[in-house]
Amino acid sequence: MKSLEELMAIRDKARASMTDREGTGEGIRVVVGMATCGIAAGARPVLNAFVEEVAKRGLKNVTVAQTGCIGMCQYEPIVEVFAPGKEKVTYVKLNPENVPEIVANHIVNGNPVVELTVGAIVKD
Amino acid sequence: MYRSHVLVCGGTGCTSSHSAEIIEALESELKAKGLENEIKVIKTGCFGLCALGPIMIVYPEGCFYSEVKVEDVPEIVEEHLLKGRMVKRLIYDETITQDEIKPLNETNFYKKQNRIALRNCGVIDPESIEEYIAMDGYQALAKCLTEMTPEEVIQVVKDSGLRGRGGGGFPTGLKWSFTAKNAADQKYVVCNADEGDPGAFMDRSVLEGDPHCIVEAMTICGYATGATEGYVYVRAEYPIAVARLDKAIRDARENGLLGKNIFDSGFDFDLHIRLGAGAFVCGEETALMTSIEGNRGEPRPRPPYPAVKGLFGKPTTENNVETFANIPQIILHGAEFFSSMGTEKSAGTKVFALGGKINNTGLVEVPMGTTLREVIEDIGGGIPNGKKFKAAQTGGPSGGCIPASLMDTPIDYDNLTAIGCMMGSGGLIVMDEDNCMVDIAKFFLDFTVDESCGKCTPCRIGTKRMMEILEKITDGKATLADLDELEKLAYYIKENSLCGLGQTAPNPVLATLRFFKDEYIAHIVDKKCPAGVCKALLSYSIVADKCKGCTLCSRKCPVGAISGTVKEPHTIDTTKCIKCGVCMDSCKFGAIIKK
Repeated sequence: MKSLEELMAIRDKARASMTDREGTGEGIRVVVGMATCGIAAGARPVLNAFVEEVAKRGLKNVTVAQTGCIGMCQYEPIVEVFAPGKEKVTYVKLNPENVPEIVANHIVNGNPVVELTVGAIVKD
Repeated sequence: MYRSHVLVCGGTGCTSSHSAEIIEALESELKAKGLENEIKVIKTGCFGLCALGPIMIVYPEGCFYSEVKVEDVPEIVEEHLLKGRMVKRLIYDETITQDEIKPLNETNFYKKQNRIALRNCGVIDPESIEEYIAMDGYQALAKCLTEMTPEEVIQVVKDSGLRGRGGGGFPTGLKWSFTAKNAADQKYVVCNADEGDPGAFMDRSVLEGDPHCIVEAMTICGYATGATEGYVYVRAEYPIAVARLDKAIRDARENGLLGKNIFDSGFDFDLHIRLGAGAFVCGEETALMTSIEGNRGEPRPRPPYPAVKGLFGKPTTENNVETFANIPQIILHGAEFFSSMGTEKSAGTKVFALGGKINNTGLVEVPMGTTLREVIEDIGGGIPNGKKFKAAQTGGPSGGCIPASLMDTPIDYDNLTAIGCMMGSGGLIVMDEDNCMVDIAKFFLDFTVDESCGKCTPCRIGTKRMMEILEKITDGKATLADLDELEKLAYYIKENSLCGLGQTAPNPVLATLRFFKDEYIAHIVDKKCPAGVCKALLSYSIVADKCKGCTLCSRKCPVGAISGTVKEPHTIDTTKCIKCGVCMDSCKFGAIIKK
C-alpha cells in the first residue's frame, strides 16, 4: 500500500458490495414478489437484475428486497417500489429487460414507467 | 453481485453451538438450490448476544434469527432465501412486531449500547481485509503516516482521555509518551491478549471479530512511539482468535500495510504472534514480556518500567486488546469524539462480558458512567427464574463485588475504586440469592492460589494461608479470631506482593468482607450458610407432611441414605448423606428441604 488513494479505491469497491448490510433506511425500497408463483413466472432473474443495476449505478439508499405472494399470481413477476412520501407503485409481468428502464426513469429520476404498472396492464 | 448476505456468527460461543456446521449446511443447501451466486454467506465475529446463539442475520431485510439449528437450514433457504418468506418461529421475538421487522439496534439488548471497540464484530467478515477496509479500516493508519507527526498522534490519544482497558486504567497517551521519549536502537509494541480472568471474553471476541483493528492500532502505536516491531501475546486456548489474527497479519503484509515503507512514509513495522500457555500471571505486563523472551513467565520488579526497559531490555509500550481497538476510531474521528462519551475522568466506552445468573449472557459495550442497574436489568434482561439480584463480581480474581445496594453507581474507574472494587478487564459475573459470597471469595482465591507463580513469598504462601482460613469458615470450624487474621493477612499480601497478581489477589475476600460480613459471621457463629451452598453447613431433611412415600428419592440417592416404606414418609440418614441434592431435585412434592 503506497497511498491513501490506493486504500480508498479498495474501500469504495469493497463497500459497494456491502451496501445491503446497511439495513433498511429511509431510502427507496424495491420489493420483488418471490413466492412460488413469482418464481415460476421468472421473478428471480428480475430480482437479480435489480440488484445488479442498483450496484452498477452505485445507488445509495436503495434496498432491493424480496417478499412472499402479493396475491395477484397471474400478473407475476410483480415488483413494488416504495419511495418515501410517495404512493406505492406496482409493476407487473416484468422481465429482466424492463429493469434498467425502471431503475433509470423511476428510481433515479422519480418518473414511474407507467406502461408497466398494474394500472396500465390490468384492464377489465 | 449478491442480492442477499447471510451473516452467521463465527465467534467462540456460537461455534460451540455448531455455527460452523450451520454454515456448511447453508452453503450446500444454497448450492443444491442453485443460489450460490445470488446469496453470500459470511462468517462474522461475535454479535454479543451469545445467550441466543447460534445467531444468523439475513440482509437486506435485517432479519435476526436466533438459536438456529442445523435442521433449520433447509427451511431458511427454501422459505426465506428462495421465496422471501421469513421463518417467523426463528426470529428473535423482540425484533418482530406485527409482521414488521424492528432494527436490531432498537432491541433492549442493543439500544443502550454504543459500540466503538466492537463496532465491526458481527458486522464484517473478520477474515476479509477488504471488508475491514470498507468500514474505513487502515484509514487511521494512513492519516497518521501521511498527515501527522508521532507527537501529534500521541497528543490526540492523550486528549481523548483513553485509559488502559486491561484493568489498571493508566492513561494510554501518557504511556505512549514515556516510550516515545526514550531513545533506543530498537523499541517494541506489545499487545496483551492474555485474557485470563474467569468469565471474561471481550479481548477474545475483538480478535475473533475484528483482528485487523489490532494490527492497525499496533502499527499506529509503533509509529507514535518509534517502535518497528510488535508482538501479540495471545493464549493458545483461543484457536479461532489466533487463526484469524494470523490471517490478518499475513493479509496486511501482502497489501503492504505491514512491512517496509508503509504508505510510502519510510516507516517500517511488522508484527509477530506469541502463544501463551495459559498461566494467569502472564497477563501481568512484566511476566508477559519475560514469557515472550522465551523464559518462564515470572514478573520482575518495577521500576524500571517497560517504557524504559521492557521487552528484550528495550523501551516497550504494552496495551491491552480493547485499548488498542479504540485507537483507530480516536484517530479517525478525533479526541473530542471519544472524550465526549463516558464520564469526566473515564472517557469512552467499556466492553463487559456478562455471565453468571443473567438472561442475556454475552458481550456488551456501554458508555462509561452507565449504571450497573442499566447493564443488568435493561441490557442483560435481568436475573433468570425470578430470583433476586445479590451482587455482581467485576474484575475477576483481582476485583471485587458490587452489592445490590450500590446498583445505581455509575460504572467508571474512579467510582469502582472508591467502593473498593475494580474495573478489571471487564468480566461481569452476576450472582443471585442462591450464591454464597464466602464460597465466591473462596472460588476466586482458589484460582489465584493455583495461578500464583511462586516467585514472591506473600503471594505464594499468603494466599494459601488465606485459602485455609476460608476453608475453615465454609467447613464451620472457624472462630471470629480467624476472620481478623484473614483480614490482616489480606492487607499484608496486598502491600507486599511483587506484582499485580498478588497485590490484587485478596480483593475478592476484602470486597465480600466489606459488603457481606454478615454472611461470614453466619458461617462462623451460627454455623449456617444462608444461601445454602456450603455443604458442610447443610443438612437435608424430609418434611413428613409433604412426603407421599413415592420412593423416588430413595431410588435416586446414590449412597442409599434414604429409607422408608411405600406410601409412608421417608427419612434421610444424615450420617450417610453426601449432600449431593439429587433427592431434592427429583422430589415432585417439594418435601425435601436443605438448611
